[in-house]
Amino acid sequence: MTEWTMSGALNRALRDALDDDPRVVVFGEDVGRSGGVFRVTDGLQASFGDRRVFDTPISEAGIVGAAVGLCFAGWRPVVELQFDAFSYPAFEQIVDHLAKMRMRVRARVDIPVTIRIPSFGGIKGKEHHGESPETYYAHTAGLKVVAPSSALDAYRLLRRAIEDPDPVIVLEPKARYWSKETGELSADGPGIGEARIVRSGDDVTLVAYGGMLTRTLDAAAALAEGGVSARVVDLRSLAPLDDDLLARCARETGRVVVVHEAPRSVGLGAEVAARVMELAFDHLQAPVGRVTGWDVPYPPAALEQHYLPTVERICEAAQAAVSY
Amino acid sequence: MSHVSEAGSGAAPARILSVDGDPVGDVDVGLGPDDLRELLRWMVVARRLDRECIALQRQGELTVYPGFEGQEAAQIGSAWALASQDFVWPTFRELAAALVRRVDAVQYLQYHRGTWHGGPYDPRATRFGPICIPIATQLPHAAGYALGQLLDGTDTVTLAYFGDGSTSEGDFHEAANLAGVWRLPLVLLCQNNGWAISVPTAEQTAGEIWRRAEGYGFPGVRVDGNDVLAVYAAARDAVSRARRGEGPTLIEAMTYRIGAHSTADDASKYRDETEVEAARAVDPIRRFRTWLVSTGVADDAFVAACDDEAEAFAMQVRAGVIATPPPPVEWMFDWLYAAPTKAFERQRDEALR
Repeated sequence: MTEWTMSGALNRALRDALDDDPRVVVFGEDVGRSGGVFRVTDGLQASFGDRRVFDTPISEAGIVGAAVGLCFAGWRPVVELQFDAFSYPAFEQIVDHLAKMRMRVRARVDIPVTIRIPSFGGIKGKEHHGESPETYYAHTAGLKVVAPSSALDAYRLLRRAIEDPDPVIVLEPKARYWSKETGELSADGPGIGEARIVRSGDDVTLVAYGGMLTRTLDAAAALAEGGVSARVVDLRSLAPLDDDLLARCARETGRVVVVHEAPRSVGLGAEVAARVMELAFDHLQAPVGRVTGWDVPYPPAALEQHYLPTVERICEAAQAAVSY
Repeated sequence: MSHVSEAGSGAAPARILSVDGDPVGDVDVGLGPDDLRELLRWMVVARRLDRECIALQRQGELTVYPGFEGQEAAQIGSAWALASQDFVWPTFRELAAALVRRVDAVQYLQYHRGTWHGGPYDPRATRFGPICIPIATQLPHAAGYALGQLLDGTDTVTLAYFGDGSTSEGDFHEAANLAGVWRLPLVLLCQNNGWAISVPTAEQTAGEIWRRAEGYGFPGVRVDGNDVLAVYAAARDAVSRARRGEGPTLIEAMTYRIGAHSTADDASKYRDETEVEAARAVDPIRRFRTWLVSTGVADDAFVAACDDEAEAFAMQVRAGVIATPPPPVEWMFDWLYAAPTKAFERQRDEALR
């Protein structure tokens, strides 16, 4: 059994994908010589050469647009957009072209592009380095969006994203890059579109993803001390959502609380709440709770712990649902 | 100030035939009589079809249609310089180039009939990318495609069309910069037709577009875009450079949009009719035809045959367009994902219930 950091597991996923498929190319800003600002592409250029792993100019629209063009030439691009907010210059290419291209050409060309985006907050980052862009991409038909929360699952999701014949956005939680998990890396297991139960419980279901999963698990542990049995679901796949698992958990626990660090309004929690209501209304014993970031721009480092959901806020929401 | 008079204020565009069809440069561009006649034939066929498309729009058979009258030489001269394996990334005004690349016109026009986005033709079989309406966004695709050829070590050249207005967009800059840095086998062909909807080129950019190439580290040339021989010669040189591994070229073809931006606007609101009349006087078809006839490469019978063929082709395309039914509802869902998810299939079933 090996201990993996998330950064190391992602690096290994890229390495294995480059090994397995000669059409995989990895490119982006600082991914070559330097190995990426979070070390995720460390050593790959040395191993695979600068025709498979290469640096680009600072050119996010160019990176994503070139990835689309490479698909027409039969390549399988894996690109990095260096930080969440730096994906916005590529927004038009992602929404207008990446997402729609396969349909526009009536499937004459597949668009198996993977876009890796170091995302979310919690690392005392500068402004524009702590955003939660998932709603923009999850709202866009044609894209699949995933957000791993642990090292082993990060390996699995990135491998599955690269293998997927459709465009996949992988939102990597920056705050978890150096978190460790022990086990064997494998692409087998739950795929894109599947959530997983990471802690069992009967009284309430806590739904989280990415960087918020750890503190949601901490909250579940604290709740257990107070006699509340909280189930924790790692959403993993933000588009599509795992309706079946969400509905089952709602039916079995009768109470659901969604946790994310993105602002509340029109956040993913709204969609989870709507699905749960549509699929399991008769089983609900409390309104679906939302513990989220506030509807403000991501704050400076000194304030970020006042913005991010805390264990206390998650516990309060769970208690409110249980005692409703 | 009109575009036509302004064109003389910058660098003089390379020209082989004068506006009256007299040779003013080396007319031996490496094309034999058959090719030269083909250039004329395609220009005549394309213009007739363009006019038919405008009629079809007026009759409700097409949605908004962007005419290209006046730009036949720029499109056909450049497309003619490509080999069969080469790949074109168009805007939404390149029907003439599409015809030369043997894209089926009825399939192409399904885009404007509103029965499909992008283009129902097969871009890989036709070597002609999907129709691209967002401005300049096809240029990074072209750069990526050219990069793919470079990585594969093929001798395929990529040619991307765009307009003068496109050069104000970031995607133009990003694609040109990538092309320069990676020395891509790419020809960037700007049709400077004087107008971006209602904004003249002088209000779009203070410099000359072809000169920007220097800043990206590759050659730029300006040609008379209404002189099919000059366009062909410039494109041929650029394609050869790219094929030899010498990198990209920017060509600025100075032409003119005789019609409105599309059937949805009225150019008389923003443009002086005398400017259009001046542009008609330098018509690309008349100029080339005059020279061909004067040299004996084409005769009156050939000219008449071109007109007859153009008429017949336009009628055939018209019939094909009108016969195109609306697509089945399931097409909204059918091609979005190669690997559709359960949730998506449920929604599809709901829509098709």
